[in-house]
Amino acid sequence: MHAFEQLLHGFAVALTPVNLMWCLVGTTLGTAIGVLPGLGPALTIALLLPITFKVEPTAAFILFAGIYYGAMYGGSTTSILLNTPGESATIVTALEGNKMARSGRAGAALATSAIGSFVAGTIGTLGITFLAPIVVEWALKFGPADYFALMLLAFVTVTAVLGSSAVRGLAALFFGIWLGLIGVDLQTGQARFTFGVPELLDGINVIIVAVGLFAVGETLYVASRYKSGTDEIIPLKGSLWMTREEWARSWKPWLRGTALGFPIGAMPAGGAEIPTFLSYFLEKKLSTKPEEFGHGAIEGVAGPEAANNASAAGVLVPMLTLGLPTSATAAIMLSAFQSYGINPGPLLFESQGQLVWGLIASLFIGNVMLLVLNLPMIGLWVKMLRIPAPLLYAGILVFATIGTYGITQSPVDLVLLYLIGGLGYLMRRYDFPTAPVIIGMILGPLAEQNFRQAMTISAGDWTVFFTRPISATILALALLALAGPKLLGLWQSFRMPAEPMGGDA
Amino acid sequence: MTAPQASQPESLVASPRSGLAVGEFCIALGALALAAVILWQTFEIPVSPLYAKVGPTVMPLFTAFGMGLLGALLMVSALRGGWQTEEEREATPDTVALFWVATGLILNVLLISQTGFALASIVLFVCTARGFGSRAIVRDALIGLAFALIAYFGFAKTLGINIGAGIIENLLERVFFGSTPN
Repeated sequence: MHAFEQLLHGFAVALTPVNLMWCLVGTTLGTAIGVLPGLGPALTIALLLPITFKVEPTAAFILFAGIYYGAMYGGSTTSILLNTPGESATIVTALEGNKMARSGRAGAALATSAIGSFVAGTIGTLGITFLAPIVVEWALKFGPADYFALMLLAFVTVTAVLGSSAVRGLAALFFGIWLGLIGVDLQTGQARFTFGVPELLDGINVIIVAVGLFAVGETLYVASRYKSGTDEIIPLKGSLWMTREEWARSWKPWLRGTALGFPIGAMPAGGAEIPTFLSYFLEKKLSTKPEEFGHGAIEGVAGPEAANNASAAGVLVPMLTLGLPTSATAAIMLSAFQSYGINPGPLLFESQGQLVWGLIASLFIGNVMLLVLNLPMIGLWVKMLRIPAPLLYAGILVFATIGTYGITQSPVDLVLLYLIGGLGYLMRRYDFPTAPVIIGMILGPLAEQNFRQAMTISAGDWTVFFTRPISATILALALLALAGPKLLGLWQSFRMPAEPMGGDA
Repeated sequence: MTAPQASQPESLVASPRSGLAVGEFCIALGALALAAVILWQTFEIPVSPLYAKVGPTVMPLFTAFGMGLLGALLMVSALRGGWQTEEEREATPDTVALFWVATGLILNVLLISQTGFALASIVLFVCTARGFGSRAIVRDALIGLAFALIAYFGFAKTLGINIGAGIIENLLERVFFGSTPN
């Protein structure tokens, strides 16, 4: 099998001592930032982007992927022991996991989430291995018009479908697109939206926006809500060895969670929140002990955790094969590719085979490392939860500042960082999602480029987007995704009058 | 868990789901203003006739109209009582904490190019920790210095990015690495 052979070559790349070291650094760092509330993979990778000037691409992406996977593992520890989800994708884990910890079964909850993450991560990575070449083959037929349509679809799904409000999600997206437009237009050399500030000619660095929104904005928001009430950390009790019954109740949810998470992650819709919620409700429905849900049901930890990690793997499929990021972290990884002058897309598998397959192989290795890091060594991460909030958030701001200031040593960048941080605070306060800003900023210029190419090819004929079958189909899907939830909501409110949402947390 | 504070009686916000929501109104206004600025700046972009078909202004125009439409929708929602959840609406932000963190950020910008990042980081660290309720200024200052140095050696030395050195940095370089600061 072609993919299998390529994967073996990938292992040869990933198993070199240097790359193993990067993988270990990435997974360890990823687990740490996943455990710590207030830090996430998008922010961390953004702060580490300058590394792309120093190390070769394979090493950098092994590091970034390790952080990405590691954060998913680490986030669940925080959800279970602290009831404060470390990552948005581990919100559901907190529902049952924290209840389990409260009743003295923290060990089992951590074990089922770590092993479930491992199972899902491994199957998900297998999924990348075999799905990616298929998507590549299909994507080679895509023209600029089709890519533009695909990007519109991604815009719609990441904003309108995932968030609590399509209008706010789209507003965040358009703001991001606008930020992406600032600077010199690469095709005509015209300066756009620079307001006469020479620093803006090169555009706004995505590091500044990501760090501003995710570090400064988040810190301001937490400060405004903090009131020095400390969260209770539940001590690690119960054996990390799961009982026979716990195994029996875990393995099916792991597989079902994976089956939900990977395809949803791999669709241009992306995002880990939806599959975790779906998995939770599915397990609740299928459980032989549904009465345990809400009081610490192990299925409610096993399923969503698997879904979360499988979708993280799935997100890498459109990222690598189409150059289409569907989460903030993937968008920042895409900007790392751009910083190397590499264009992710179907040709990546030909031109950068060593990089792609080395990266995929490192994901398998990283999963094994993460299982070890998150089970036998769990005590270490629990200690990290005890870092007092004042020191944690002050440290986050210092790191964010130094990381940003280091790029250009320009106080203009710092002012911009803090302004965007202030905006991030307002966005949190008024319930605007922040990830679409990053996605819009990275994907907007690419969408524009494809749009203009398509229009040039068609000699200015606007109908090209509707007459090409691929692009027309994708645009129809995008329209459906935009209007679908509303129609569904109307239909449901028509069928059953106001039933309160389930779930108690 | 943070307990929501009792809302202040003077604010219009207290009346639930009817009439104008002040906060949301300002946000919507901001979105509309941004749309206007985008539109205005788009017409400032000179367009060569060579590129007239799909020139550099097509995407900006699309963005301006999109932002304007969304701003209008947000405005409608704000006028109908806003979109914030009840919990978020009731919670009054801790202005003292925000003040401390913001002070730290502003002092940091003012200090960083003058005195080097180490001193600026200490000030930022102490102010932020204070915002989160810490009172141990000396301890925070020392931890802040440690953080700044970890970040400095982490970023500057490993990632090879150059952070302008200041008083404390030069001193430490001299102590640890001999006399040549780079």
